[in-house]
Amino acid sequence: MISLSPDEKEMLAGNQGLDKKRAMELLVKYTEALGARKLVNTNNVTVILGAIPDVGIIRKIVPTLDVDEIASKFFLDSDDRVVVSRVKAFTTTNAYFYDQRYPDLQRGGKEATELSKQIADYCARIGIVHLSTCTPYQSGNIPTKGEHCAWTESSAIAYCNAILGARTNIEGVQSSFASAITGKTPLWGMHLDENRYGKVSVKIELSMDNIQDWYLMGYYVGMHVGLDIPVYVNSKRTPNLNMLMALCAAGISSGSIVMFHIVGVTPEAPTFEIATGNRKLVKSLNFGERERRVAYEKLNHASRGDVDIVMLGCPHYSLERLSSVSELLKGKRIHPNVALYITTCRTNKYVADGLGFTETITKAGGILFEDSCGTLFDVDRSKVLATDSAKLVHYVPGMTGLKNIWFGPTEQCIEAAITGKWRGELT
Amino acid sequence: MKTIILKGRKIYGGMAEGEALVMKGGLGGMGVFDVESGTVIELGHPWINEIVGGKILVFKTGKGSSSWSMWHQTLRFMGKGPLAHIVAECNPQTALGAVVARVPSVTDLDKDPTEVISTGDWVKVDADSGLVEVRKK
Repeated sequence: MISLSPDEKEMLAGNQGLDKKRAMELLVKYTEALGARKLVNTNNVTVILGAIPDVGIIRKIVPTLDVDEIASKFFLDSDDRVVVSRVKAFTTTNAYFYDQRYPDLQRGGKEATELSKQIADYCARIGIVHLSTCTPYQSGNIPTKGEHCAWTESSAIAYCNAILGARTNIEGVQSSFASAITGKTPLWGMHLDENRYGKVSVKIELSMDNIQDWYLMGYYVGMHVGLDIPVYVNSKRTPNLNMLMALCAAGISSGSIVMFHIVGVTPEAPTFEIATGNRKLVKSLNFGERERRVAYEKLNHASRGDVDIVMLGCPHYSLERLSSVSELLKGKRIHPNVALYITTCRTNKYVADGLGFTETITKAGGILFEDSCGTLFDVDRSKVLATDSAKLVHYVPGMTGLKNIWFGPTEQCIEAAITGKWRGELT
Repeated sequence: MKTIILKGRKIYGGMAEGEALVMKGGLGGMGVFDVESGTVIELGHPWINEIVGGKILVFKTGKGSSSWSMWHQTLRFMGKGPLAHIVAECNPQTALGAVVARVPSVTDLDKDPTEVISTGDWVKVDADSGLVEVRKK
């Protein structure tokens, strides 16, 4: 049985409106389903309301495309139409919204782009801060150590837990929406100290001086740890933002790493003993040359050297990376048969516009998207893709049917965009 | 005919019986189904071309994107959902997924259901009591 606090009982009884009642009903069922006993307050939520099925499917379920009815059914799992007044917790939107300027380049075209806009407007109407990013920590939603959050989207969850030391499980569309409305989330999993200790040690044998190696390490370890938390030891350097984003994104693509420690780097791992809580490990791994190559080969599965599309910016590109790509493209022109798509958050796009990065990318023939995601692009499945993101390699085939993908560092991807050929290899 | 009883706990209540569809690994959400027909379309998926509607799904855990629950909920909206879930290890995706898919679901069973149950076995799920009865084919 779940024990509820007086304010939770009030919400459940419907004394604070139908929206809070439906949200609390859903949270109670979800808490029971997890086997948890109570809820905890949260004032930091990210919702992934853009991740809805294709507009053709939505129309079959909600023929009018009325946004309150879509929200009631898909976000709140309510059979009746509920008009949400205002969210209680500080809430921001995750990515998976369409860049309104390019309806024809994203799946579902104009109709899907318009629906995405309606959902964005709906979010703003009920008090959600529309950031539209998979990297909220780049756009002003930065939880503090120990803060209870209810976040969605895979790589951000690992970043929230491991790098910031805040606490979140991998929430879904409906649970995060219910948390936004009520300011509550189940006290379970990553919210509890005993579930945050490392279980598998990973000895880093390489110098790890480039972003690609962090993608490869995350991808390799993700394949081998199951639901256990890895503890990286022997890190010879302090990884920067881009390296940590890569590690988070890769580990939760090949596997389910929602939390990890890097001894001497991450906030809950000042020492190995503290990171593991002095508990027994279930396994030990190494990450050296052999393991790096295993991951690289797993990620490179193209059969042709001609490249048609280059996608960068998964997770949403940082300012540092936008600056370097802009530098690589300065005065260059991409190959006429190649499309270059780069995705970032709207806050970084704003800065990139002001500093001329966007103009340089555009002049070279590329497009800098805001809000959107590589898996939302409308691509022909017979095309060959090159990307610097292990996460994109993992998700693009399932979302688009495209099978031929090259993975390599940004420089090799930009070279492919300019020449139309893949010449990358593991160096 | 051999009958096996497994005992665990409820994720989401209800009763169902039908033919099992079993996989050893984690089940995804996004990109796994054609939700209009309930057919598994993910490349390399052990259930590729199988229809999940009317089946009892047996799997290790949930994996992949935060939209897991939405895809399983959409199968219900389209009338193409499975009869029940039997989950070896419950996680947020499988917990929320069962709630919004509104299918009876059990977990924490005394034996690994992905080892004991084979595709094609006849299975009864009484989720409120946490009981699974397996008739081997």
